[in-house]
Amino acid sequence: MEDLYRENIIEHYKNPSYRGKLDPHDISFADNNPLCGDHIQIDLRVDKEGKVSEARFDGHGCAISQASADLLLESVIGKSIEDVKKLTRQDILDMLGIDLGPVRMKCALLSLKVLKAGVYGLGEATDELVE
Amino acid sequence: MLDVEKIRADFPALSREVHPGVRLVYLDSTATSQKPDSVIEAMNTFYRRNNANVHRGVHTLAEEATSLFEQAREKIARFINAANPREIVYTRNTTEAINLVAHTWARKNLQAGDLILLTEMEHHSNLVPWYMVANERNLRLEFIPITPDGLLDLESFEKLLELKPKLVAFAHMSNVLGTINPASEIIEKAHQIGAITVMDAAQSVSHLRVDVQSLGVDFMAFSAHKMCGPTGVGALYGKLALLESIPPFLGGGEMIKEVKFGSFTPNDVPHKFEAGTPAIAEAIGFGAAVDYLNGVGMEAVAAHEHTIIEYALDRLEEIPGVKVLGPKADKKGAIAAFTFDGIHPHDVAAILDRDGIAVRAGHHCAQPLHNKMGIPASTRASFYLYSTREEVDALVNGIYKVKQVFS
Repeated sequence: MEDLYRENIIEHYKNPSYRGKLDPHDISFADNNPLCGDHIQIDLRVDKEGKVSEARFDGHGCAISQASADLLLESVIGKSIEDVKKLTRQDILDMLGIDLGPVRMKCALLSLKVLKAGVYGLGEATDELVE
Repeated sequence: MLDVEKIRADFPALSREVHPGVRLVYLDSTATSQKPDSVIEAMNTFYRRNNANVHRGVHTLAEEATSLFEQAREKIARFINAANPREIVYTRNTTEAINLVAHTWARKNLQAGDLILLTEMEHHSNLVPWYMVANERNLRLEFIPITPDGLLDLESFEKLLELKPKLVAFAHMSNVLGTINPASEIIEKAHQIGAITVMDAAQSVSHLRVDVQSLGVDFMAFSAHKMCGPTGVGALYGKLALLESIPPFLGGGEMIKEVKFGSFTPNDVPHKFEAGTPAIAEAIGFGAAVDYLNGVGMEAVAAHEHTIIEYALDRLEEIPGVKVLGPKADKKGAIAAFTFDGIHPHDVAAILDRDGIAVRAGHHCAQPLHNKMGIPASTRASFYLYSTREEVDALVNGIYKVKQVFS
């Protein structure tokens, strides 16, 4: 079987580079995964050209959800908001380098859901954002 | 004593491999039990030989299907010592059984301001149906608190009874803490103030001998799939006079005696609660599951599980960082939910799965209880008549491996 707990995932979980909050921020959004009580908040700062200049996530959850949040934020630095909107579930899976079953997929996609709800300025994070 | 190896041979799924060379260690029977061959065969035979709709038509297959379906009802009634098989209403599961009481008895009998008494250790299925009827009818809700060691606080219960609840709904066994609640005492005290009692027996009927007549409970809900039977069928037990006093649940075929343009007359109990074609094969499988458990003997099942949970608690508590939720083995069923060193239960469960060990991770549909305990989630290992000490050892070894991954 593929190993969900590869070294890089554990490393991002234990020593995340993007954990924290940004105050002030330009975009902030938070959501839960009701299945397991995971919670993620993402704050972004956006520069004059509409590119992400800083990003932080806060919250709690399993290694997969927290590591994917860290990997995701690492990938959005310097990206335009329009490009952030185009991120898909496959991008997350590529970053993690693993394939996931339907249950763990929700853990992995929570941060992308929160990020996209934030950049679209939506009131809630729906599964449609990560389909 | 129960011959575990002989029992395990009855459950085909227990001998499968989860990954190449890795045998299943199934510790998630509280979510759903595995199924013995006899149950699978009973349903298989029905579809291969007797398949017809029930209570319709007079052809041979329809008669056979109806007989098998009603015989299963009689077996289920005897299993919980109901006075009459008509006191068994087939439902889809425990949840639907509780919803049935909330939609019928509660709507008919409760008025604005009336109180429903629940407990802090309930599964969502014994909370949300009451919240829904409470919202609709402006009812009040109170919760019997739990003590720090995971028991119902019976002193608080007695005080709450002074508020004169009209209905007391409680779990016989907690699906997280494993706590076996003192059902007789709760029911007796509730009756003293004239309250109706609803017992969620989803976790208890599968593990203990439950006798509805000696308990005196008014309504009791349970599911086949937790007691070696199939999914898709469960039962509501209700005292006959109560069932006769309440309106039907869903409308449709079978639940009627007569239909005219614009009106209908409901059928007799229990059929008036069983609209539409039921899960016939599953009901027959439910009967076969009862036969299977009777063959083993519920006393033997309970005794075996007690030795397993005693051993499991001893071994789990040896592990630094493991904290088992709920009371000691003498007050609980074979459920060990635990937290481990701040490691998320999803991670614990996923790493255990590498060794073929199936446990549940999350809040187990008891979010208010987890909030009360100040934890977002827990990992739950649960045991049944086919569980062994070796499986407990595998779990313990697996937890040490989890620690290694995160160290």
